[in-house]
Amino acid sequence: MMIELSGVSVTQPSAPDLSILEIENWSVAYRQTVFVHGPSGSGKSTLLNLVSGLLECRKGGVSVLGERLDHMSRRRRDRFRANHIGYVFQRFNLVHYLNAIENIELARSFSERGDRRTGADSIRPLLESLNVASREWHKPISQLSMGQQQRVAIARALVNRPELLVADEPTSSLDQDNRDTFLSVLMSIIEEHKMTLLFVSHDMGLAQHFTQVQALSGINRVA
Amino acid sequence: MFLKIAIKSLLNRKGSVVMSLLAISVAIFVLLGIEHIRQQARDSFASTVSGVDLIVGAKTGSLNLLLYSVFRVGTPTDNISWKAYQEIAEGKDVAWAIPLSLGDSHSGYRVLGTTPDYFEHFSFGNKRRLAFVEGEAFEGVFDVVLGAEVARTLGYSLGDEITLAHGVVSTNFSLHENSPFTVVGLLSPTGTPVDQTVHVQLQGIEAMHAGSESGFGGATSYDQRQLEAGQLEPKSITAFMLGLKSRMVTFRLQREINDYSAEPLLAILPGVALSELWQMVGVFESVLRLISMLVLVAAVLGLGAVLLASVRERNHEIHLLRVLGAPSYYLFLLMELEALLICLAGIVLGTACLYLCLVMLGDSLFATFGLHLDAGVFTPDGLVILLFVLAAALTAAAIPSMRVYSQAKSYNVQ
Ligand SMILES: Nc1ncnc2c1ncn2[C@@H]1O[C@H](COP(=O)(O)OP(=O)(O)OP(=O)(O)O)[C@@H](O)[C@H]1O
Ligand SMILES: [Mg+2]
Repeated sequence: MMIELSGVSVTQPSAPDLSILEIENWSVAYRQTVFVHGPSGSGKSTLLNLVSGLLECRKGGVSVLGERLDHMSRRRRDRFRANHIGYVFQRFNLVHYLNAIENIELARSFSERGDRRTGADSIRPLLESLNVASREWHKPISQLSMGQQQRVAIARALVNRPELLVADEPTSSLDQDNRDTFLSVLMSIIEEHKMTLLFVSHDMGLAQHFTQVQALSGINRVA
Repeated sequence: MFLKIAIKSLLNRKGSVVMSLLAISVAIFVLLGIEHIRQQARDSFASTVSGVDLIVGAKTGSLNLLLYSVFRVGTPTDNISWKAYQEIAEGKDVAWAIPLSLGDSHSGYRVLGTTPDYFEHFSFGNKRRLAFVEGEAFEGVFDVVLGAEVARTLGYSLGDEITLAHGVVSTNFSLHENSPFTVVGLLSPTGTPVDQTVHVQLQGIEAMHAGSESGFGGATSYDQRQLEAGQLEPKSITAFMLGLKSRMVTFRLQREINDYSAEPLLAILPGVALSELWQMVGVFESVLRLISMLVLVAAVLGLGAVLLASVRERNHEIHLLRVLGAPSYYLFLLMELEALLICLAGIVLGTACLYLCLVMLGDSLFATFGLHLDAGVFTPDGLVILLFVLAAALTAAAIPSMRVYSQAKSYNVQ
């Protein structure tokens, strides 16, 4: 299994008796594209932070790629994330004072696998395959459109060839056209690199693109 | 990549970064500048006299003796007899002796009566001898050798005739109109009180006093034959300097002179007396240091404040770097690196400004204050100061850095 959660319980940091997530058992198989939906505040982002190891799992077990995140030190989780998990959010995916190429290089610098096999040359084809024109590569991020920024964000998330891509409402700041191109580009890249996708959103209209659709309320006992 | 992020992030916040950079530069400028001037002032102070083993005068305080014999400040309380001088100067351990007779002035500059030996043996700084820009040491009774500043401000040149007065204040009251002196030598600048001194022969002093005492008739009544016969031998002098054959005997001779039975004498070691005097100036020195320290503290606190203010606006960046796999300490170090870069840039800017100022102002400072500043800013002490500044900046930056660190560590759900 790519992701396995068992007996997980996440409480609010300020109020330890208030649960945000209570998941008995949930798993995602390799090469699935999973769409998790739920209303705002239902704990979707919390779920992704747990799976990516940003949030420490105090109760229960979280394993990704067969490795137990809850048994790892904070430092090892950081390294694991850099090596195996790509992350895209709704906004603020890029360091705004660096350009597209630099942002991608930055992501590469934290990974141990990096792209040593392919080197910096792999960044260009990646950006090209994401429909980012070469004249945008050296512009400051703030001069890129939202759609361009999100596509650069995917390139940044993919540069280390992660097995798992995690996306937190990456389309909600895009208009209809941009949303569709974004999703089709994303899906073809996931397909091409044989990756697993965990995608959360409250926008049910996107569900049709995925192999597996999951309501958060179906697995989370709190909601 | 690490360095690149830090630099780009700083460039992205140019406004506040430049401000704190300037503050650091000013602090560096003040700190190094004051340290430099202090050092050089101390050096040039300590080098007002060198190569002189003992200074002997009438019994008084040792600072007083130093002040009037070397710095020409204050008035001697008493004179010493020519006989005592001769007796000590002829001692077997004495290599040379220079008599000094003070008490007269010319246009506000002190007149020093001495012997030609003065130009041969007196040295300053790092054993530098007095040098002549023009002319040579005096030979005749009415020959005058001028210090650099005297010649410059009064506009005298070789061959000019001048009148010398008895007493320090230049009034018409006791002008020795009848004793015209001729300038025969001009000394090169030394940065010591020598520059402000009018040098004449001991006999010249006697001649002008004799002239005034005998009323009209005056100095013209001395003819050359009398002068050469040494009939103008002084009865007393103010002080004298001794060079010894061996330094080993300095203390013994000092004791012997202090115990001299015929009249009360005091012998001092110039080096010891100079450092005693400097210690009195030391309070002023500490105040300057304290002020420059406070300027530094202000600048460093400003740096800390600028970084702290940036933490809030960098929330997304911190979160993003964590997501990319940056460990928490990476963010701590990033913040410290930014402080370090600002500080290094400030050091470069501040030192460069100081260097330029010293190069450009060096000559005029020397001319005005007799303070010689070389432009060598990079002394070991200066280096210690710069390291201290770096440490201070890193300490101040530790507060925002810790803030970023704990924010990165206690990751909260977005
Ligand atoms: N730092 C925090 N302290 C306390 N409670 C928090 C914190 N972060 C999140 N929560 C709570 O956890 C719950 C889930 O938050 P989460 O961000 O996962 O929701 P979400 O489903 O992603 O919502 P949205 O669709 O608006 O992004 C919310 O009710 C929120 O109040
Ligand atoms: Mg969310």
